[in-house]
Amino acid sequence: MHLSPDQIVFWHYGFLKLNATIVFTWGLMLMMAGGSKLITRNLSIGIQRSRWQNLLEIVVTGIEKQIAEVGLSRPEKYLGFLGTLFLFVAAAAVCTVIPGYEPPTASLSTTAALALCVFVAVPFFGVEEQGVRNYLKSYAKPTIIMLPFNIISELSRTLALAVRLFGNMMSGAMIIGILLTITPFIFPIIMTVLGLLTGMVQAYIFSILATVYIAAATRDRKPKPEPVQAIPA
Amino acid sequence: MDNMTIIAVASIVIAGITISLGSIGPALAEGRAVATALTSLAQQPDASATITRTLFVGLAMIESIAIYCFVVSMILIFANPFWNHVIAQTAGK
Repeated sequence: MHLSPDQIVFWHYGFLKLNATIVFTWGLMLMMAGGSKLITRNLSIGIQRSRWQNLLEIVVTGIEKQIAEVGLSRPEKYLGFLGTLFLFVAAAAVCTVIPGYEPPTASLSTTAALALCVFVAVPFFGVEEQGVRNYLKSYAKPTIIMLPFNIISELSRTLALAVRLFGNMMSGAMIIGILLTITPFIFPIIMTVLGLLTGMVQAYIFSILATVYIAAATRDRKPKPEPVQAIPA
Repeated sequence: MDNMTIIAVASIVIAGITISLGSIGPALAEGRAVATALTSLAQQPDASATITRTLFVGLAMIESIAIYCFVVSMILIFANPFWNHVIAQTAGK
């Protein structure tokens, strides 16, 4: 029984290894990109539209509404990054129903890569929104003594994102593997259903936490000027 | 007791203790969080979307503590570097 799909190696040459994580990640990417390409070939603007286009529109507008609810003022700027995070982790969890499939997010490499993307994206969006000086000054708020703690909190919440997703997906896969050797018929199916539920919740959590971090970094901290009141004559 | 036995016994015992003690705190905290969320949902049902979303985010943050303990115990059982080291030593002898 293996700890993660990293340990199933299909082919290696020197230090290059083609393991199950890479194969399943690329399979997911091809499925999502190819499927979307097929659906968006003939987009229609009117009332009549294909049900697949309807599905994609529901998904995209739902994610946009969630991003706006958290507090980002222009959700379409962040929709690409945050939507992709959610859809990739959710697709990786849902495809567990396919036999022989192992979620690539059950490997610490994948989740660390996703967490590093969020780690890089937060200062990127913060600088884009506020400028370099204002963003760097936000680390010294509320006092300059908080500067090391703010930096440490940035690093630790990236680590927490990676380990949380890895732990949830790995434990789901491992529970099913262990139960299959003990009670092969009904109980593993119940645990698979539980694994699907936790996979979807973790996908939502990952993307919502990324949204909250980006919202905290791009929040405008300058007090808005008071609107000029007309002096009554 | 030689090195191998000590490492094996320590790893097994600590793996068990880690996951059992590490699940107590998060379980109690999650129970309190859900109870408070249910109370506030009963008081203000029209804020249920915000409350539910905040509840799930809070539960995930609490759950990650239990996940850390689980990962440590899994490492002790399946990817234990000390055990691999002594196994390599005895295999090399």
